[in-house]
Amino acid sequence: MNTPGYKSHISSQFNAELEDVRQRVLAMGGLVEQQIVEATRALMDADADLGQQVAKNDYKVNELEVFIDEECARILARRQPTASDLRLVYAVIKTITDLERIGDEAEKIARMAVDLSAQDRLSVGMLEVHHLSRHVVQMVHDALDSFARMDPEAALAAAREDQAIDREYESLMRQCITFMMEDPRTIRRVMDIIWSVRALERIGDHAKNIAEYVIYYVKGKDVRHVSIEAMEREVKGG
Amino acid sequence: MSGVQSKTALAQGLDIDALRREQAGAGIDAETIAIEVEGLNLFYGSSQALKGIGLSIPQRKVTAFIGPSGCGKSTLLRCFNRMNDLIDGCRIEGQIRLHGKNIFDRDVDVAMLRRRVGMVFQKPNPFPKSIYENVAYGMRLAGMNRKRDLDDTVEWALKGAALWDEVKDRLEDSALGLSGGQQQRLVIARAIAIQPDVILLDEPCSALDPISTLKVEELINELKNRYTIVIVTHNMQQAARVSDYTAFMYMGDLVEYGNTDQLFTKPKQKQTEDYITGRYG
Repeated sequence: MNTPGYKSHISSQFNAELEDVRQRVLAMGGLVEQQIVEATRALMDADADLGQQVAKNDYKVNELEVFIDEECARILARRQPTASDLRLVYAVIKTITDLERIGDEAEKIARMAVDLSAQDRLSVGMLEVHHLSRHVVQMVHDALDSFARMDPEAALAAAREDQAIDREYESLMRQCITFMMEDPRTIRRVMDIIWSVRALERIGDHAKNIAEYVIYYVKGKDVRHVSIEAMEREVKGG
Repeated sequence: MSGVQSKTALAQGLDIDALRREQAGAGIDAETIAIEVEGLNLFYGSSQALKGIGLSIPQRKVTAFIGPSGCGKSTLLRCFNRMNDLIDGCRIEGQIRLHGKNIFDRDVDVAMLRRRVGMVFQKPNPFPKSIYENVAYGMRLAGMNRKRDLDDTVEWALKGAALWDEVKDRLEDSALGLSGGQQQRLVIARAIAIQPDVILLDEPCSALDPISTLKVEELINELKNRYTIVIVTHNMQQAARVSDYTAFMYMGDLVEYGNTDQLFTKPKQKQTEDYITGRYG
């Protein structure tokens, strides 16, 4: 596989613009990753202060999204990129939308953490939630890593994790439902946990989307809404 | 008849397969080919300008040739109405078939060929005559002499070239008094007046300002309903805007030829990618 060619334009200014926008996506990715890590830590530790901090910081993610969007619009208007350049800008625009939504999910988790910290602690599924959150953080990290390296194989591996996360999510849901049936007084608290778990599962979906945009950029094939096997064929083939 | 109804509803809004087919563009099939090039080699003296070119140009579509200077795109375009015959030391091998007939056959009348395959050049070249005479000239040559017929056709051609409204009150003025963009549209009117099959455009907008360029591009879009259009352009965005199919040429080779949407979003050849994205080749 050739290294991505966004640095080899005759126009050095264009090289700089594309590199700049790519770096900003990675910075935004780093920020979003930190938001999930801290939101889930706040949830685990029932740390209201940390939860509030994370919720407050979401504006940074939003501002980065708007900023990068504007930069992309400017590149489209001024450079009229084609072929892989066009796919890069397009992938960036899509990626930051998903990153922003991951940020929103992290904010939701942070707010649940604040909510839960004010109530009696529940032991239900905490270990599993912890495990799921680590899994999700790792997946987001892998997806962003595949974006940084523009590596379709790594993107495919990251996308594959979504299935495992979905299974974990379903098993946790069953556990929560059982818990509520056994003791209806816990419903309110368990619901908060369910919302958080749901947010984690959604983050996994967004991370999968990001991995798909990496494959789109490198291979020029749209692999949204296809089976993981079809995705694999696109990555390995041609 | 709910089945029929639902089918109609699908056709109206939601036939995804049809949308996809539309997006992919119709393939070039045998019935719709206007020009077929096969094994075309062209030499200027000892240097070879075109190397084994083979491609099919579909009817009533716009096909663009792009590539760096000296890649052979204008040379190839000029082959289509045998303009290269006029160049000393130019030798051609292979075939170009216009609707199945090889234009290099001995029995082909070159003057007739050029009436069927009109050409517009980079620099507008109106005759130093009136606007009316510029358009009527070719028709007179073709034997049309009745004033009524000439009047009708001049009006029709000028309307077709989107120039009528600007010149209808001064048809007897000199064509040289028109702006560059108007002159270029006049030349296009002159080309379509004799009702050719194919119109060749050799960088038709490179001497025009952006607004005139857009007018000519709009005109190209109108003209393709009636004519097969082949355009050579240095302006890649123009090729992307106006054409249905694009051919990328490099050093006398046809590197890649295909659907314009596909070529500008996912070219198959690295050389094409490097050229259209402005990279070091």
